[in-house]
Amino acid sequence: MLERINRAYTQIARAQKVLGRTVNIMEVCGTHTVSIFRAGLRTTFPEGLKLLSGPGCPVCITDQGYIDAVLSLADRDDCLIATYGDMIRVPGKKGSLEQKTNKGNIKIILSAEDALRLAKQNPAKKILFVAVGFETTAPATAVLANEAFQQGVKNLFIFSNHKLVVPAMEALLSEKNHRIDAFLCPGHVSVIIGSDAYKPVVERFEKPCVVAGFEPMQIIDAISEICRQLADRKPEVASLYRAAVTAAGNKTAQKIINETFDVSNGWWRGLGKIKKSTLKLKKKFSHLDAEKQLGIEFIPEEDLTGCCCGEVLCGLMDPPDCGLFATNCTPETPVGPCMVSSEGACAAWFKYTLKKGKVDGGRR
Amino acid sequence: MCLAVPARIVELKGDEAIADCIGNRIEAKTTLVPQVKLGDIVLIHAGFAITVLDEEEAKKTWQLLADLDNFSKTDKRVSG
Repeated sequence: MLERINRAYTQIARAQKVLGRTVNIMEVCGTHTVSIFRAGLRTTFPEGLKLLSGPGCPVCITDQGYIDAVLSLADRDDCLIATYGDMIRVPGKKGSLEQKTNKGNIKIILSAEDALRLAKQNPAKKILFVAVGFETTAPATAVLANEAFQQGVKNLFIFSNHKLVVPAMEALLSEKNHRIDAFLCPGHVSVIIGSDAYKPVVERFEKPCVVAGFEPMQIIDAISEICRQLADRKPEVASLYRAAVTAAGNKTAQKIINETFDVSNGWWRGLGKIKKSTLKLKKKFSHLDAEKQLGIEFIPEEDLTGCCCGEVLCGLMDPPDCGLFATNCTPETPVGPCMVSSEGACAAWFKYTLKKGKVDGGRR
Repeated sequence: MCLAVPARIVELKGDEAIADCIGNRIEAKTTLVPQVKLGDIVLIHAGFAITVLDEEEAKKTWQLLADLDNFSKTDKRVSG
């Protein structure tokens, strides 16, 4: 283990020397953000390495307008809202879903299948499925849509805001002021899309893309590999999560995604509109499409005043640099989504670096 | 949100499975891993198996989960 840590240190130093400055690596996945904090990696890495938390938490990158569109149905007696628990505390302009739970029409589900069950158990209600998440979660929604289609279910409506990871990485690198040298790529998204999916990022932007699982030592090895590539000036795709990730990914899951959704332009909090980044139901499933059937409209909105989640998600700012961090915005009373989700960058910084009200231990 | 846990399939009927993750029984659909067999270990995300895993890899995660469980029992301040 010590040998692997030493190797990482050597490679970080080499990369730093070649770049002539601090090495900036963005971890795209919220689960990586939390693993890195939990294992205390931030404090043990040398000063020459900076980890940026990227747009890898589906809750955090969901545009305010989407939340408000869901909330617009929360008061309707004829609707039940089926949502993964992660979304329930995200504040919109008119409160959060959590504040609407007293009416009993917000249902937390653990699987997309639960939404189908709810539809069958409540034939007089319209069930809205809050379909968020990256490629890991999208196939489950696709299976749900196909089952509802085949079974002729009439009261289930899918509000799809599924996002694609690679277009967001490309959008970040297309910004003039970005400071990303390489990506630590998500583990479970890559199970679905395969590590080859990052090839366009490497080819177009010449940035290393290395997939890792969630064990601390594997993350250290991935950082070591990224720095080796930077030092050798030979960016490529690599996967250290060989137990679960193949180059081609899960073909069955990819097929059902392609058969169920069209790829369209979509809004991301902090990143704005990204071309070909969002999955919307195909025409065949129009009768299940919440936007077409329930009269809800997704109008992109400005973020809440003072909230810097957008800058944090782009790796332009660390959470403690936001004026609201740990003052007006805490996990108990979150203002922005990065503080709501346990995998959000702000919540992770709050949980793991704050001691007696001061930022401590999370190297900036 | 993209968390996934390994679990061993202990019952399988069509694409509906019951899987065991260190004693917890989880319902999971196997639609996305049609090749799966009874006794296989799969990675489950939001009610769906997304890939088949080997035992060695699964054990690492199970150990991590057991450690976290013990940790939260010994230090209530950080639970949840």
